[in-house]
Order: sequence, then C-alpha cells, then structure tokens
Amino acid sequence: MIALDQPFLWNVHWAAPELILAGFALGAVVIGAWGKDKAAGFLSGLGAIAFATAGVLAFLWSPELPQYLFNGALVVDGFSGLAKAMLGLSAAATLLIGADYFAATRQARFEFPIMTGLAALGMFVMVSANDLITLYVGLELQSLAAYVMAAWRRDDVRSSEAGIKYFVLGAIASGLLLFGASYIYGFTGSVRFDAIAAAAPTSEVGLLFGLVLVICALAFKMSAAPFHMWTPDVYEGAPTPVTAFFAAAPKLAAIALLARVLYAPFDGLTEQWRQVIFALSALSMTIGSIAALMQTNLKRLMAYSSVANVGFALMALAAGGQQGAATAIVYMAIYLPTTIGIFALVLALRRGGLHVETIDDLAGLGARHPFAAALFTILLFSIAGIPPLAGFFGKLIVFRAAVDAGAVWLAVVGAICAVIAAAYYLRVLSAIWFKPPAEPVQQAGGAALATAAVASALIFPILVIGLGTLERWATLAASTSF
Amino acid sequence: MIAAIAFYALAAIAILSAFCVIAARNPVHSVLFLILTFFSAAGLFVLLGAEFLAMLLVVVYVGAVAVLFLFVVMMLDVDFAELKSGFLSYLPLGALVALAMFAELGLVSSAAVQAGQGRAAIPLSDVDPGVTNAEAIGRVLYTDYLVVFQLAGMVLFLAMIGAIVLTLRERPGVRRQDVSAQVGRRRSEGVELKDVKPGQGLGVEG
Repeated sequence: MIALDQPFLWNVHWAAPELILAGFALGAVVIGAWGKDKAAGFLSGLGAIAFATAGVLAFLWSPELPQYLFNGALVVDGFSGLAKAMLGLSAAATLLIGADYFAATRQARFEFPIMTGLAALGMFVMVSANDLITLYVGLELQSLAAYVMAAWRRDDVRSSEAGIKYFVLGAIASGLLLFGASYIYGFTGSVRFDAIAAAAPTSEVGLLFGLVLVICALAFKMSAAPFHMWTPDVYEGAPTPVTAFFAAAPKLAAIALLARVLYAPFDGLTEQWRQVIFALSALSMTIGSIAALMQTNLKRLMAYSSVANVGFALMALAAGGQQGAATAIVYMAIYLPTTIGIFALVLALRRGGLHVETIDDLAGLGARHPFAAALFTILLFSIAGIPPLAGFFGKLIVFRAAVDAGAVWLAVVGAICAVIAAAYYLRVLSAIWFKPPAEPVQQAGGAALATAAVASALIFPILVIGLGTLERWATLAASTSF
Repeated sequence: MIAAIAFYALAAIAILSAFCVIAARNPVHSVLFLILTFFSAAGLFVLLGAEFLAMLLVVVYVGAVAVLFLFVVMMLDVDFAELKSGFLSYLPLGALVALAMFAELGLVSSAAVQAGQGRAAIPLSDVDPGVTNAEAIGRVLYTDYLVVFQLAGMVLFLAMIGAIVLTLRERPGVRRQDVSAQVGRRRSEGVELKDVKPGQGLGVEG
C-alpha cells in the first residue's frame, strides 16, 4: 500500500498552527450552538488568542530547512513561518477592533470569529502551498470566507452588493486560475512545484500562457491594477472591521503565494514573468495613487491606497530571488500594522452616534482628541513614506530592490507615485488639524484605540529600531526557503 | 472509429446543451439542459477510461445537485424572464469578446503544438493499468492528497456556515416542533379527570 513518506505524527507536528485554526473553528461552532450570539464576545477573545498563538507558533517553530509535509502537498520553511506570524496577528487584530463595532451596530454574531478563523486557515495553507491543488484549495477557503464576510450586514444594500460583486468577480478569477493551472499541468505533467521546476526549463508558449493566467488570478486576489475594479466598492460596502481585514492579511497571503509560485516552479522563466510583474506594479502604483486623489470616503481612499501599496510590494517581488522575497515580506510587515492602525482609528471614532465615513467627518479631531489625532498623524505619515517613520524605510528597500533588478524606471515611477499619494494622505491630516469642526467627534471603542496605539508604537519607535532585526529575519527566511 | 464518433457526438452535445443552459427562456429547461451537459461529460469520462469518475458525476451532479437546482428554481419566486431581459442586448459585445478570446486561445494552442512537435508526450500519471479506477483514486486520495481532502471538507463546512449566516432569520410567531417537550410530556399534564356526578346537567335547556 502507498503511504505517507514520513510518520503521520511527524506531519501533524509541523502542521500544528493550521490544526489550531481548524480546531478553533470546529470548537467555536459547538460553543456557538449552545451559547448563541451571547457567545460572540467570548469567541472573539478566544479566536484572537488562538490566531495569535498559531501565528507565533508557526514563526517560533519554523524549521531551518524546508520541510515537505503530507508527501509534498505543503511546505513549511522560514518564509512561511514569518508570513504566518503576520497573518495570525492581523487576523487577531481584526477580531479585537471589530468586537466594539459589531456590538455597537447590534450585529454581534458568533459566526464572525469562525469565518475569520477559516479565512486565516486558508491563508496559512496559501503561504505553505507546494502544489497547484493545495494552492487552489487554500485560496478558495480564504475567498469563500471573504465573500460571506463582505455581505455580513445582509439587510444593508451596499453590503449585499459588495458580497455579490466580490463573489461573481472572484469566481471568474478562480476560473482563470484553474484554466492556467490546467495548462501548466498539461505542459509539465505535474502539479507539484518541484516537479514543475524540473520539467520547465524552456519558455514554452503554452506553459507561459498558463503562468500568465495564474498571475492574473492572483493579481485579482491581491487587487493589483488592472484587476482592482472590485476593490473600492467591496471595501466601501463591507462592514469596517471586515474592510480592515481585507486590506491587511489577504494581501500578504496573496503576495507570499505569488512569491512561491514565481520563485519555486518558475525560477527558470524569470525574464518572462518579470515583464508581467513590472506592468502590474507600475499600473497599480499609478492608478492607486491618482484615483485616490478624488475620493472623499475614507474606506474608498484606503482601498485605492491598498492598491498602490500592492504595487510597491510587487515591485519588490519583481527583483526576484532571495532579495525579492525578503524585501516584499519586510514591506508588507510595515504596511500591515499601519493599515490596521488606521482602520482601528476609523472604528474608534464616531460622529453623532455613527462611525466616521468621510474625510470631512474627521474635521476638528485635532482640537478635541489630540491623542487620536496624533496617532492618525503617525500612521498616515508612515504610509505616505515620510522619513523618520518605518514606511519610509519600507519604500526605500523596495526602490533598492528595483534598482538592483535593473528597473530604474520602475523605481522612478514608484517615487513619483509616492509623492502623489502623499497629497491625499496630507489632505486627511489637514482636515484633522486645520478644518473647523462641524459637529464634535466622539471617541469610543477602547480596544480599537488601543490597537491603533500599539500599531503606531510599532510604526514609530519600536519598528525603526527593530527594522534591522526584521530585515535580518526576512533575509534569513528567504535564503533558506528559495 | 466508434470511439471517435462517440467523442465528437458527446462533445457536440455537451457544448450545445451548455449554450442552451444560458439561452433557454424557462429556468426549468435550463436545469434540464444542465443535466444533459453533465451526462455528456460523464460519457466523455467513460471514453477516457475513467468509469468511476463518470459514475460519480452522474450520481452527485445529476442525482443530487441538479435536482436541488430544480427545487430552488421552482420554489424561489424570481422573475427569470426579467433577469434575462438584458441578455440579448449584451450579446453582440459579449460575442465579440468571446470570439477574440477564442481566436487568442487558438493562436496559443497552435503555437504550443508547433513548439512541441517531435517531442514525446508527457506521461500524465504513473497508474498501474491492472488497477481499477476506484482503487487508483482510493490509493492516492488518503495518502498524497490527504491534506487537500481534509481542506476540501473545511471548504464545505465554511460554505454551510456561510449559507446559514446569510439566510437564516429568526421569525417571531412561528410555531416549531419541540421534540423534547413532546416526549417529556406527562400524563398528568395532558389528561384532566373531571368528576361528573350522575344525572348532572340533564334537563338543562338551551
């Protein structure tokens, strides 16, 4: 009989973070079935602990050399460990900042932590995928959870529209992915990444066609231009904690997955796929920066901002090899807390009992709540790339990677886009500090405000000092993984 | 020869009935055409020598999924004619896009065929020909693809919870069957004995 090539428990031990997430989801259903929606608060707390534990465990237990689990379906290495730590922590942060919001809008339902847990499980599988089937199943698990979460306020027209729109377009992207994967399988005879790498030394046109289709589908999932059309509508319609989740973790998972697909099986085709990534990166940065200038809604603004930031991460990926992977992961490590912090602040502020939605809602915040306004300033300065903050160093290493890859023009495009993008971040800040308040803004939501404070602390003093450590971890992880 | 004829017949029926699924005016007809599409696909699987998959397709898709579709279509009060009203107006543009994509696919395929000429075909699997279909799938499903199999289970679990979250509503004033209350009912709660004296109530009029 054919069996696993390693003892079963050996496989299980490496897959412990995934098992924690799956176990949480299954256990939470049982607790929820008895506790009903009164258990929502408890499950949110439990979920946050479980996700953070799974992420940190994945990082602490990451092996020195890549370990192939379940006959090569999954791979665990330093790269996946670092990515999982960030994914787990951002999923936990989503639950923390979301609890107040759902309680205030009377939407607290015990299924929300379960959905987040299953989405996190899907993302963990994505960053550990070592064959095309695992890749697809992980992606689908994450996407399905995301469709449901986008439509969470089912009585709200915009939320339902967001769910339907995301679902239909996501299904098309999944179709593209499967079509491309079938080409890759047909031309190499395998779905395993290592076997594809061994069989794909030449740039055969059919194989390239499949690879381009797979890249397009992944670009849709990370909302890189020109596959970003759904992003503003879905981000605006979904409940704000869900938007915070979408803007953070799935982007990192898709970037890490793209790094795996490009570097492991298609290393021999670098010159071919690099053109595609260059185009995606330049378009994302340009469209994300220019389209955001016209937005008045904070969530739409952040949607375009996330498109631009994905462009920067793609620029890092285009560098290829260990430097590309390490730079992309450091860039995302800086982007994630920044964006979660901004959303946490948006969730913590109300005006007339309603959560703030537009830039004008923030007018006069500086005079009334200087602490929240100061946090906003730190986070927005960081995401705009103003020097003493971590965001600046993120952009710096990305530009360095692009120049090392010989794409000076792309770095120039990125620098111009960063300047344009700074304009709209500063517009928000001018509303906060200089505009006269129309109606006082209330500050609520202790957990959300605390998360924002932690995020700003990470961005400001701690991360700048720890940036060297982070970069060393990322380089080490990338050097053992690729 | 027979196999070639069967292939072209099944493939043509599959494509035609797939088109009818989206073109049919009556949604019930659409579902029936969908069943025909699944059936033709099952026939193609048999031609490939994958009888087990063919049977699965018939049992799962035709037997369960298509019938469920029929239920949904018949029970939901959706005006499908109105939903489809824009179909014809989008047809020219849609056909143009489809034609362009088809031409591109053809170009890529022909280029791929030309590049691959003279090369041996890639063996797609190393299955022992003496083993039946079902056994071959069974051998890899719980070993090589164990983790994917389990994850597929998680996807179904998620789909189930998602469907409940988005559709289940607590409606007030709905009477439900409470089995435990029914079973736990005692004679003393259900039966009341009245002591009626002989002759009482006789002769009362009106």
